[in-house]
Amino acid sequence: MSTTVATRQPHGRRALTPMQLLLHFAMLLCALSFLMPLFLVVSASFTSEKAISSNGYSLFPSKFSVAAYRYVISDPSQLIQSYGVSILVTFVGTVLSVLVMALLGYVLSRRNFKARRALSFYVLFTMLFGGGLVPSYILMTKYLHLQNTIWALILPNLVIPWNVLLLRTFFSQLPEGVLDAARIDGAGEWRTFFRIALPMATPAIATIGMFTMLMYWNDWWLGLLYIDNPALSPVQLWLYHILSSIDSVSQNPIFASGGAVPVQSVRMAVAVLAIGPIVAAFVFFQKYFVRGITLGGIRE
Amino acid sequence: MLESNARHGPAGATAVEVTAEPVLADDAAPAESSPRRAVRARRRGSRGSGVSLWLMALPGLALLFVFAYIPMAGIVIAFQSYSAVGGVFASPWVGLQNFAYLFSTSDAWRITFNTVFMNSLFIAANLVLALTIAIVLNELRGRWAWLSKFYQSVLFLPHFFSYVIVAYFALAFLDPQTGLLNKVLGFFGAAPVEWYSTPGAWPVILTVVSVWKGVGFWVIVYTAGILAISPELYEAAEVDRASKWQQVRHITLPSLTPLVILNVLLSVGGIFRADFGLFYLVTNNSATIYSTTDVIDTYVFRSLVNLGDIGMSSAAGVYQSIVGFVLILIANWLVRRRHADQALF
Repeated sequence: MSTTVATRQPHGRRALTPMQLLLHFAMLLCALSFLMPLFLVVSASFTSEKAISSNGYSLFPSKFSVAAYRYVISDPSQLIQSYGVSILVTFVGTVLSVLVMALLGYVLSRRNFKARRALSFYVLFTMLFGGGLVPSYILMTKYLHLQNTIWALILPNLVIPWNVLLLRTFFSQLPEGVLDAARIDGAGEWRTFFRIALPMATPAIATIGMFTMLMYWNDWWLGLLYIDNPALSPVQLWLYHILSSIDSVSQNPIFASGGAVPVQSVRMAVAVLAIGPIVAAFVFFQKYFVRGITLGGIRE
Repeated sequence: MLESNARHGPAGATAVEVTAEPVLADDAAPAESSPRRAVRARRRGSRGSGVSLWLMALPGLALLFVFAYIPMAGIVIAFQSYSAVGGVFASPWVGLQNFAYLFSTSDAWRITFNTVFMNSLFIAANLVLALTIAIVLNELRGRWAWLSKFYQSVLFLPHFFSYVIVAYFALAFLDPQTGLLNKVLGFFGAAPVEWYSTPGAWPVILTVVSVWKGVGFWVIVYTAGILAISPELYEAAEVDRASKWQQVRHITLPSLTPLVILNVLLSVGGIFRADFGLFYLVTNNSATIYSTTDVIDTYVFRSLVNLGDIGMSSAAGVYQSIVGFVLILIANWLVRRRHADQALF
C-alpha cells in the first residue's frame, strides 16, 4: 500500500491518497451539517401540522403536506405588501447608494484633488467612532421625522464607508492617462465620470452593487427601530414579527382569519419564501461575492 | 450601533480587503519635470474642475455628516437628563450622573464581560476552524476540484442569511417541544432541555451559530492567502521529501501568519461591539438567559426601546463608543508597527 502511494506521488496529483479521501469525507460531512438547518426548515414547511406537533421537526417530512403554503397563499396581502416594500427599498437603495458612493470614491481617487487626504479621513473616521444608537434614534425620530417612512429604511445605509474606500482604491487603479485624455479632449468632470470612469469600473461597481443589494434585502434593524406600520414592513421585519409573536400568533394579522391555523408549518413556509431569493442570488452571483472579499486583493 | 451594523455589513472589514493603497497615502507629486506648458494646462484644468469634484462628492459627504457626524455630537445626551420636550438643546445637564448610575449596577460588568468574552470565543473559534478548513481545501485541489469548490460554496452560504432567518433555523433545532435537538436527546434517553431558559448552554450555541454563519467568509480570505504563497516553496519542499504536514507547518502557516495577525488585531479592535442580531434574535431575546447573552448592544437597545431609559442607554452607548475607539486605535497602531501598508490609517 505504502509503496504504491510512494511511487505514485512523483506523478503529481492524479490519484487521491487515502488521506485525501479521508479529508473529502470529513468535508462532505461538514458541508452537509452546514446545510442541515436549511433542510430542516424546508422539510418542516412541507410537513403537516399534526405531524410536527407529534414528531417535531425532521430532516424529511414525516407526513408530506402543502397545507402551509396553501394557507399562506389564501391571504397573501401581507406577503405581497412586504415583498413590495423590500423590493422597492432594495432597488431604490442600491441604485442611490452605488451612485453616491461611486461619485465620492471617484473624487477621493483623484490625485490632483487637494482635499483628497482630508476627505478620506472624514470617511474613514466614521468607521472608527460613532455616536451610538441613542443619538441616531433621536435624530431620526425627533428631528428628521423619518419614523414610519420608506426613507428610514434607505437613507441611513446609503453611504457605507468601507465600500467608499474600496471604490476609491479601484478608481485609483484605473490608468490615469485615459481620464487625462478625456479631460484634455474637453470632457467635463461629470462627463468623464459617467462616460469613462464608471464604465471602466463595472466589475467593482457590480460587486459593490451585489453587496449593497444584499444589505438592503436582509436589513431588519432599521425596520425594527423605525417602522411599526405593517404597510411599510419589509420582509425581514415581517418575519421577525411572526417569530417573536409565537405565543400570540392568533393576534398576528396573517393568522387572524380564524380556524385551525397550522402555525408551526406556516411559520417555516413563510421563512422558506424569504430564503428563496437569497439562495437563488447566491447560486447565480456567488463569484461576485467571492471577488468582493478579495477585491483590492492580496498583493505579492 | 448603526455604525457597527455598517461595519459588519456584507463586505465586512477584513484584512484581505485592506486596500492596496493606505487610505491616507501621500499623494504622489504630479510629475514635476514635465514641460511647463503641460503643468499649466493641468493646473488650469484642475482649478476649473474643482467645483465639479466637490459637487460630485457632496451627496456622500452630506449623508455621512447627517447620519454619522451629527450622532457623534449627540453624545452630549449621555451627560444630560434628557427629556423629549427639551430635546438635545434644552435638557438639563447632569454631568456624569448617568455613568455613575450605570456603573453602580451589576449590569455594567455583566454586559462588558459578556461582550468581550463571547467575541473572544467567536474570534478564536472562527480563526482556528477557518484556517483548518482553508488548509484542507487546499490539499483537495487537483482531482475532484469541483467538490472542493462545492464545500467552499456551502460553507459561504450562511453568510447571506439575515439573523432573522438564522433565528428561524435556530428555533428548528432548539424549540423545546418540536426542535431537533431535544428529539435527538430523547432518542438517547436524555431529558429534554428548555434551551431558551438555560443560560449555560448559550456560549456554546452562539459560538456554533457564529462559526456556521462566519467561517465560510474567513475560509475564502485564508484560501486567497494560501493561493498567494509562491508554489516554488512547495516544489522545493517536495524535492526535499517534506511530508504534507511538514509543508503545512513550515510553509503554509508561517506564510499566513502576517494575515492572521492582521485579522486578529482588527477583530480585537472591534471586540467591544457585539453582533446585535446574533444576541437579540437568535436568543429570542429571552430574559432568563441574559446572564450569558446580554451584551452592550442588546442592553443599549432594550434600555432605549423597551424601557425608554435614555440616560442609561446613552451612557452605555458612549461607554462602548469610547472604549471601542481606543481599542481600534491600539489595534491599528500595532498593525502599523508591523506592516505600515496594511494599517487602516
